[in-house]
Order: sequence, then C-alpha cells, then structure tokens
Amino acid sequence: MLKISGLSKVYPTGTAALKNVSFIVEDPKVVTIIGPSGAGKSTLIRCINRLVEPTSGTIMLDDVDILALNRRDLRKVRRRMGMIFQEYNLVERLTVMENLLSGRLGYVGFWRTYRRAFPPKDVVAAFALLERVGLSGYQSTRADALSGGERQRVGISRALMQQPDLLLVDEPTASLDPKTSRQIMRILVELAHERGTPALVNMHDVGLAQSFADRVIGLRGGEIVFDGPADRVTANVLTEIYGEEDWSTTIRKVEGETEKPARGPSDGKDSLVRESLA
Amino acid sequence: MMPTSSLTDRADAPQWHRTRTIENPWARHGLTALAVVYLVWSLATLEINWSRAADGLPRAVNMILRMLPPDFSRWSLLIRGTLESVQMAVAASFFGMILAVPLGICGASNLVPKPVYLAARAFIILSRTFHEIIVAIFFVKIFGFGPLAGVLTLIVASTSFISKMLAEDIENMPPGQLEAIRATGATFPQLLIFCVSPQGLPRYLGVSIYRLDANLRHSTVVGIVGAGGIGQVLAASFSRYDYDFSLAILLTIVSLVFVGEFFSNWVRNQLR
Amino acid sequence: MTPSQHAVKHPEVWRRFSPRQTLLRYTWYLGIVAIVAWSLSNLDIAWFFFLDAHVQALDLVTRMWPPEAGYIRKVIGPLIETVHIATLGTAATVLVAFPVAFLAARNTTFNSFTWFIGRFILVASRSVNTVVWGLLFVAIFGPGPMAGIWAITFRSVGFLGKLVAEAIEEIDAGVVEAVEATGASRMQVLWIGILPQVLPVIYGTTVYRWDINIRESSVLGFVGAGGIGILLYAAINQFMWQEVTVILIAVFGVVILSEFISAAVRRRIT
Repeated sequence: MLKISGLSKVYPTGTAALKNVSFIVEDPKVVTIIGPSGAGKSTLIRCINRLVEPTSGTIMLDDVDILALNRRDLRKVRRRMGMIFQEYNLVERLTVMENLLSGRLGYVGFWRTYRRAFPPKDVVAAFALLERVGLSGYQSTRADALSGGERQRVGISRALMQQPDLLLVDEPTASLDPKTSRQIMRILVELAHERGTPALVNMHDVGLAQSFADRVIGLRGGEIVFDGPADRVTANVLTEIYGEEDWSTTIRKVEGETEKPARGPSDGKDSLVRESLA
Repeated sequence: MMPTSSLTDRADAPQWHRTRTIENPWARHGLTALAVVYLVWSLATLEINWSRAADGLPRAVNMILRMLPPDFSRWSLLIRGTLESVQMAVAASFFGMILAVPLGICGASNLVPKPVYLAARAFIILSRTFHEIIVAIFFVKIFGFGPLAGVLTLIVASTSFISKMLAEDIENMPPGQLEAIRATGATFPQLLIFCVSPQGLPRYLGVSIYRLDANLRHSTVVGIVGAGGIGQVLAASFSRYDYDFSLAILLTIVSLVFVGEFFSNWVRNQLR
Repeated sequence: MTPSQHAVKHPEVWRRFSPRQTLLRYTWYLGIVAIVAWSLSNLDIAWFFFLDAHVQALDLVTRMWPPEAGYIRKVIGPLIETVHIATLGTAATVLVAFPVAFLAARNTTFNSFTWFIGRFILVASRSVNTVVWGLLFVAIFGPGPMAGIWAITFRSVGFLGKLVAEAIEEIDAGVVEAVEATGASRMQVLWIGILPQVLPVIYGTTVYRWDINIRESSVLGFVGAGGIGILLYAAINQFMWQEVTVILIAVFGVVILSEFISAAVRRRIT
C-alpha cells in the first residue's frame, strides 16, 4: 500500500512543482495520472522512489517511511518499486537478456554481477517474461537494435523482473505511434492485473488513460484536482484539469469502440479493457 | 527595356555585403591592426641574431649534405633504442589505462559527489599542464637515468589524458540509463558494471589505443633528458655531430610512428 | 543448437558470449598481459629505486618550497619570449599548413603523387617532436628563439594540416559542384566553395594548436631554442629548487591562461 501525504516539491529556482499532494493506493489497480505539461506528474512519480528529493511530506510504502531512509535502505526499497520510463532507458549496448536481468541487480552481489552469473530462477523468469511480451528469441539481441515498441516491452519486463510491490510508470507511450501505444498499454495493464501489482502511470493521452485505467488522478499546477474511477471522468473534469476545450472527441464513448484481442503471443489471455459507458 | 539604372541609382538602393565571422568592422580591422603591430613588436623584441639566421639557410644545406646518405651501420643500437621506445610506450599505455579508470570515474560529475569530482579534476589539470619533458626531468632526478623514468613519465601523461577523455565521456552519457539502473536498487559498483562500462568501453579502448600511438611519439622526446628510448640515442648522435646517423634515427622514428598510427587506426576501426 | 533452442532446453542458463567467443576474449587478454610483461622485463628497472623513491620525492618537495619570490623579475622576459615563439610559430604554421592540407586531401589534390607528398609531409612533421625539431634547428640557426619558432612551425604543420585535410575531405561536394557549374575558375571554386566550409575548422584548430604550442615553447629552451626553458633547465641543473618552483608556477599560470583564451575563442566560433 502506498500512502502519500502532504507531498511538496519546491525547486531552488522557486518553482513549486508539487503542492501538498495526498492520496492512497491500496488495491492492485492501475491508476493513471493525467494533467497538462508542467503539472508535476513526472516530479510526483520520481519523488516516490526519490530520484527527485521532495521538499516536504511523507511517503509510506506499507510501513516504510521512504523519505527517512538512508542510502542503503533506500536501495532495498527501490527494489520493490519497478520503474518504466518514457525513453525506455535501456542500456543500449547490452543485450535484451542483460537488460532484463538488470532488474535483479538489487538482489545479487558484486561478483555475480560482474560475471553475469545470475541465479537460475532469475534466468527462467526472464525467459518466461520474454515469451509473455512476445519477444521470444530476442534474448541475445542488443538493445539498440530494437524498435521503440520492442524496447518498451523490454523496459516493462525489466521492471517486472524486480517482482515489485508497485509499478511507477512515466509516460510509457509518449514516444510511440498510436497502435504501438495501445499494444504497450494493453501488455502493461494485463501484466499488472495478472500479478496483482498496483501501477501509477503518467499519461498525457487522456483517451488512452481512460481506456486502460481503473482510477484517474488529475494534476494541475502541482495540485490534485480530481481523484476517482476512470468512468467518472467527464468533460467538466477535463476542463478543470486542462482548461476549456472541446472534449467530446477525446472522452471514450464505447459505441463503435471495441478492443480487439491482440494478434500474436499476447493472445490467449483475455484483454481486460475498461470500456467507459457514457 | 528594363529601367535597371533607376533602381540602383537611388540613395536607398538595397545593399548587400557578405557575412563575415566578425561582424563589427571596427573589431575586424582593429584585430588586423593588432596582429600587424604584434608581428612588428615581437620580431623587434625577440633576441634574434639575424646575421646568424641569414647564415641559417646555407648552414641548413650544409647539414642536409652531412646527413645524406643516412648511416644505418650502427643498426643494432638503432634496434635496441627502437625496442626500448616500443616497450616504454606499451607499458605506459597499459598502466595508464588501468590508472585512468578510477581517476576518470572520480572526474565525472554525474557519478560522484562534488568534492571528489573537484579533487580529481584538479589532479588531471595539474598533471596535464606541465610538458612531459619537465616531468621526465623530475623522474630522472628521483629514479636516475634510464627507461624507468621514461615509463613513469609516460604513465603520468597517459593517465591524465585517458582519464580526462573518460570523465568527459561519462558526463556526456544519456542520464536516463543511469537513472533506470539506479531505480532498480543497484549499488554504485553495479551501476559501473551494468551501465557505465558497457556504454563507455568502445570509446575508452579507442582513446587508449590512440594513446599507445602517442606514447610512441613521446617516448622519443623523454630520451633527450636521459629517460631512455630512441630519443636518447638521437640526442647523443646530435651532440657528437653524427648527422648521418641522426638522419637514420629520424627516419626510423618517422617510420615507427607511421606504422604505429596505421596499427592504431586499424584497431580502432575494428572496434567500431 | 541455436540460441533459442538452447534457451528452451536450458532455461536457467544464459551466456552472453558463446564458448568460442569466450575463448577468443581470454586469448586476447592473455596475449596483452604477455606483451606487457615482455615490455617490462626488458626494461632495466632497478626495483630497489622504488623503495626510497618516496623519501627522495619528499626531500625534493621540501627543497622546492617556499618559492623564491624575488626571482619573478628574471622570469618575465623569458616568459614573454616563450609566448612570442608560440604565437609567431603558430602564425607561420597557418600559412604553410593550408596549402599542404590541400595537397593531402583526396578531393583537392592534383594526382596520387601529390597526395602522397602531402601526406608524407604531414606524417613526417607529426612524427618528430617539437623538441627534436628544436635540436635540429639549433644546429642550423644556433641557439635562440629563431630555432624555436621554426621548430614550432615544423611540428604544428602536421597537426594543423592533418585536421584541415580531414575537414576538406568532409566538405559537402554538392556545394563545390554548384560553384563549378557556374563556370568558376579553380581558384574561385577554392575561394567560394571550399574555403568557407573549412574556415571554422582552421580557426578552431589554430587556436587549439596555439594553446598546445605555449606548453611546447616552454620547454624548447632545454635544447637551447629560446624561451623560459633555458632558465628552467639551468635552474634544475644548478639545484636552485626554489627558483624552479617560481618558474613552474609562472609556466602554469601562462598555460592556464592560454587554455582559457583558447576555450573561449573556440566556443565563440562554433
């Protein structure tokens, strides 16, 4: 369970990126965070695993006060949070398998890391994940030889290799084309639900956010202006978050909108698609 | 008929002049004037023995005549000196490579805390300021004449060069990859192994190979102060006016460097 | 067995390199270690020197401190001379290096023979160290800054020429074609088509080399080719360590200053 209270971040330049943000994530749901650029979405996500140091507030992961941890304990806690990035952030010159195994770095010692001698169960898990995301056979391919969608699938797998208690996802589809974006979101949401892992997902695409989220949090100017189930995001809500706009085309209406099951290896599983009924 | 004259005759006719590197005409002409003044002043104040300089050309011709044909008869000395230079270059590059790793890592502001970074950078700057011949003299004073002083001098030069390149390379790495590895809970050594090393390795090796070639060139110079290598043979030959032997040595040095460069370029292309 | 088949049979094992690749890598490592061992073995290293080296070094450092302040007056003149040598030498280099670079660039040279000549000049210039050139020119011109200026020039031509030649080879051929298509003469093609494209490289490299030459000029005096090196060499040989410190600090100051100027100018150019 993730409990955030009174989280604030003020940069040395005086910009207040986050103002007194509070919310709780309890169930294994997919929570998307939406909001205009500069609303503080990225800052929020990065404060949770302290890639950015917040100015004040508390963040509790189960019983652990994240902001009070020293470096060693922080590392241990970071293992429990899998992060997925907008720019994939794979180590380009390493192979897919090594990128996957890097998710286990928090669990192995120095010499094993150097010799690349990870525990067998990790390697088995890695192969299983590769197959699940449709990248069987890619284990020895260098990361920089992959397409954007493929890289993000590796990124998702890397985060899941940590067997995390929480997924932190920063704009996973911002650099992808519309079709690949939907594929990635589908995989992400399916896997999160399969493993019962709550996920915090930053998105700038409202339509995509609504299609795949269980719960939506809207940020504006560093403050939460909406927090509720995805089907309660109306045009009014969007106006409050983003401003005046013709929202009728963005809000997902289900007529004519059916999520077809994906072709390929992610077949065989039911796509859990939230269709918001108007 | 086009009334061409009317347009260009007007007072406000469109003008165009080429863009120059220094736009301001005052700055541009001022700079040229400064250059001329400097030229005159420096040549006047330098203690140049113009008559001796005028003698220079016939002396040069005379020297060239004395140099030709190059004397390779003492080839065993030549070989020994060359071998010593090569050995110095290899050893210095190897140890320089190794020492450059910690120094380079400490010199990267995105990896280490500020005081460590500043200390490392200061060290690198200091070791690069002084010409290796000065460093060589100091090592000769401490360790005596011979290739040991030379190897140590070259190790200092190699370490500072490679570590500077390494530090800059690390600082130019895309920060996202470092962030991602840190986010998994990895320790600092793991970060080095799994992110810094694979990304920095090709350039590090390329720079080191280049340094091997450079050390070969520099090994000739440390010999002049007695720190071993073929430079020592060369200095000796000059002092004895054995100009034909000097030419032989110079030709050897040029071919050695040529081969070294060729080899270094080939290896770096293989690494790509 | 392909990697995928292997993965299916042994999913708990994954190796980045095949056994053959691993063998190759370790052979390389072994080879390198062997070469290094060989290079160290033949050197006449008197290992016992290392034992008291730190004592010697400490002794030296204590003798060098504090710097002899009054000495600074003697240093200024030669320091300025050093800067002159570097500056005039670099200036002369530009004049010589550009035509040579022209010959050494495949797309502007006249034929294979001239290309080879150009390349040879550049390699010969670069292979011989500034100080060694200094030795040569002292023998020709006698001791003094004249020899130093020639030494700087002869060495720098190789440096500047190589980089400019590479820049010439990398120019946009389309631009040259366009100029040629207007019916321009060879000289005009050079002036309008090629020169503007390589001018930034010439400026940047010249300033960079000037900065390096300041360092080089500071030691030319060791072979008698003028500059502060003469003073330094004399001071070291006479064991006047505190004066040595003054000279080193002065050299340090000038080098840092020149690096600063060079970096600032190059930043403004690019």
